[in-house]
Amino acid sequence: MIPVEFDYERAESLDDAIARLAATGGEGKLLAGGHSLVPLMKLRLSEPSSLIDISRIAGLSGIREKDGKVEIGATTTHHEVQQSELLRRLCPVVPEAAGEIGDPQIRHKGTLGGSLAHADPSADMPAVVVALGAEVHIKGPGGWRAVAAEDFFQDLFTVDLGPDEIIAGVQFRPLRSAGYAKLHQRASHYAIVGVAAALDVEGGVVRSARVAVTGASTHAQRLPNVEELLAGRPANAESIAAAAAVAGDTLEDVNVDLHASEEYRRAMVKVFTRRALERAAAR
Amino acid sequence: MGQVTVTLNVNGRNRKVTVEPRTLLVHALREQLGLTGTHVGCDTSQCGACTVFVNGQSVKSCTLFAVQVEGDAITTIEGVAKDGELHPVQEGFWEEHGLQCGYCTPGMIMASIDLLNTNPQPTEAEIRDGLCGNLCRCTGYQHIVNAVQYAAEKVKA
Ligand SMILES: Cc1cc2nc3c(=O)[nH]c(=O)nc-3n(C[C@H](O)[C@H](O)[C@H](O)COP(=O)(O)OP(=O)(O)OC[C@H]3O[C@@H](n4cnc5c(N)ncnc54)[C@H](O)[C@@H]3O)c2cc1C
Ligand code: FES
Ligand code: FES
Repeated sequence: MIPVEFDYERAESLDDAIARLAATGGEGKLLAGGHSLVPLMKLRLSEPSSLIDISRIAGLSGIREKDGKVEIGATTTHHEVQQSELLRRLCPVVPEAAGEIGDPQIRHKGTLGGSLAHADPSADMPAVVVALGAEVHIKGPGGWRAVAAEDFFQDLFTVDLGPDEIIAGVQFRPLRSAGYAKLHQRASHYAIVGVAAALDVEGGVVRSARVAVTGASTHAQRLPNVEELLAGRPANAESIAAAAAVAGDTLEDVNVDLHASEEYRRAMVKVFTRRALERAAAR
Repeated sequence: MGQVTVTLNVNGRNRKVTVEPRTLLVHALREQLGLTGTHVGCDTSQCGACTVFVNGQSVKSCTLFAVQVEGDAITTIEGVAKDGELHPVQEGFWEEHGLQCGYCTPGMIMASIDLLNTNPQPTEAEIRDGLCGNLCRCTGYQHIVNAVQYAAEKVKA
């Protein structure tokens, strides 16, 4: 399968990429790992006039600690996230979820920024960044802005990102007590349902919880009723079971496809919410 | 949009290919360099038959444009045997009957080498997980797992 013709350009810096993107008048697209975009182009579902490759921009990839926060650059690959010693120590849910993406070959090329920008309803990292309360850092012709991850994901493949803007990275306060649990689609490994749970626990009591689901609906989103049931409760199996029992009840537009019916997805949201919470509580 | 020249190091040799930006790496390797060991199975990023190494990491060459790997080091199945001696993973596939039709085999071998590079003594579960990006329609996978175990033993010894 051969895509339509396009021009290929390699950006030297973030500003260079923004200028090159603007010069395409809305017809060009950024290329990071290409593992969402290239398959679409091969099917001619996407026909950009030019591709601006951002994968070699110095400083746009990498994982750093900064003022008590962790910053992951947009072009950091899933493999680099999975292997990161810093993340394993400070915030193990992130490498755990990255290691669940696709297969080794996909993880060697796919990037965090590409995954967030593309916002596939079954992608893993959107749920993780929402549960961690991460900020998405974006640069465009007008300068910098930051968006809370939970506001960034808006609808099916729809995010708060202008056609002339670039995700530079994400920042979050690292936390050990967070877990990710996923029901894989056996061929592609995308999430039929994936749940990320982050718990703030003090003295055995949950002070607050953030739980986000992917795969179940149009876009990654929080499960507010689960979070409310956990707040102030002991961080034990009983509270987790009670909270997981209502998981997904607030979801509208539950996905239906050849992999899972609505009924099955709703049932699995509860199961994988419980597993993610158990993982978080055990950390 | 025309043609561009891309310089690559393929199996240790510097090569130049003249391609359109939309030319996939697998087509540049097969059709321009004659390296037909790398196969196209699904052409939809799922089966891993097209797996090669870029700078030492396994990737699916049906999901990369040749222009993306300008200046990079590529290793294909043709580059893994050294001085006429099979790589231990190739030997494992031979000894343990890790193939039937052979269509998936080049990609399976590349993915297996990548796995053993990062995890030289994998468990059976780790082997199956490490090869989850590669599909085989013939073997049922058991003999492929045996082949990787053979290679891991041979490297240890
Ligand atoms: C077989 C297969 C299995 C997969 N399985 C999974 C899975 O289990 N879980 C999962 O989450 N994902 C999965 N993926 C998707 C994979 O993780 C993608 O790599 C990822 O979603 C997109 O990242 P990329 O760097 O490849 O983006 P690209 O394909 O390069 O880009 C995707 C889109 O985002 C835009 N973009 C890229 N970077 C930026 C940026 N920094 N700022 C603004 N826009 C940008 C591009 O213009 C494009 O529109 C799978 C992919 C394949 C092919
Ligand atoms: S041909 Fe590339 S993954 Fe199947
Ligand atoms: S041996 Fe035939 S596809 Fe694997």
